[in-house]
Amino acid sequence: MALTLLERGTVAPDFQLSSTPDQTVALSEFRGKNVVLAFYPADWSPVCGDELTVFNELLSLFHKRDTVILGISVDSSWCHVAFAQTRKLHFELLSDFEPKGRVSRLYGVYREKDGFSGRALYLIDAQGIIRWNHLSPIGVNPGADGVLDALEDLTSGKGERYVFPHQTQIFSLRH
Amino acid sequence: MSSPIKLRSSVSDIDHSLGSVDAPMVLLEYGDYECSFCGQAYWIVKELQQTLGDQLRVIFRNFPLTEIHPYALNAAMAAEAAGLQDRFWKMHDVLFENQERLTPTNIQSYAGLLGLKIDKFNQDLESKKVQERVSSDFYGGARTGVNGTPTFFVNGYRFDGDWTTDELLTTLNGVQSRKVQRRARSSSNPKEADEKALR
Repeated sequence: MALTLLERGTVAPDFQLSSTPDQTVALSEFRGKNVVLAFYPADWSPVCGDELTVFNELLSLFHKRDTVILGISVDSSWCHVAFAQTRKLHFELLSDFEPKGRVSRLYGVYREKDGFSGRALYLIDAQGIIRWNHLSPIGVNPGADGVLDALEDLTSGKGERYVFPHQTQIFSLRH
Repeated sequence: MSSPIKLRSSVSDIDHSLGSVDAPMVLLEYGDYECSFCGQAYWIVKELQQTLGDQLRVIFRNFPLTEIHPYALNAAMAAEAAGLQDRFWKMHDVLFENQERLTPTNIQSYAGLLGLKIDKFNQDLESKKVQERVSSDFYGGARTGVNGTPTFFVNGYRFDGDWTTDELLTTLNGVQSRKVQRRARSSSNPKEADEKALR
């Protein structure tokens, strides 16, 4: 069954999910900031550099554009904690665990037959409106380029500088 | 939505390149020296080079995932610094063949082994030029659909198949039959392109 994403220009439905075993996070808490929702099938995908790892490396670019990344999968928060520690992820992973897949369904990305979410991205602006969305083909990680392009359109202004997370100097970019 | 992702920063003289610039098949890899999957892919690319010979041109760009791989950035800079002494591919090979040993001490010994001028190597390793090169590779990759490591582009389009199988070879063979237009270049010597890379 084909998945249907929520439309651009519509209000992103609010939700509340666990971010750790004893904390919850609501989408509405981030009003005033841009939010990237990164739905993905499961923690522990068998590659060391997947979509989340790439986003993690690029966090400074998202922060500069006042943007929060929230990863969402059906894994439990205990699982998320272990996964985030191992991969050194510096953004929150939300647990769409109980009732399973509720938020993924709400956003049209739940794969009923598989019992997990597809790989989908939403960019929600500071007013809570969906400005961009993307569903990846099965088995393909989305890169960060699509959402960075959309974010650039949203926040306007190019010429950003990239610095690796543990590198202190800032260098200009050729591309 | 499923249209292929196109490479935005096209292959140029500054890229590290092996094989003829006129080769009909171009395989570009964004890789990380500390990533074990890239280590596996290293041998697959070698095999492809053997199978396809002068039909294939191979390009490598840096995509170090520094949060999960503490030595990856330094390793990428080491290869670039070696490139300034015309030993990019030699260092690239040594690094991939010694993925478990990428500490600064290890890298010093590889530089010695490759006959590099150590003072110059160390100076380049710390230089803004080399750091800029690596971060610009990374950023360029992130802006052109690199979604993990390794990410391959075949003749300018992201390869989304399984690179551990014959699919990569099949895709490369597929582009061979198509008409390939290429800008005339002044030099067909890949070593020269390599030397030019950081000038």
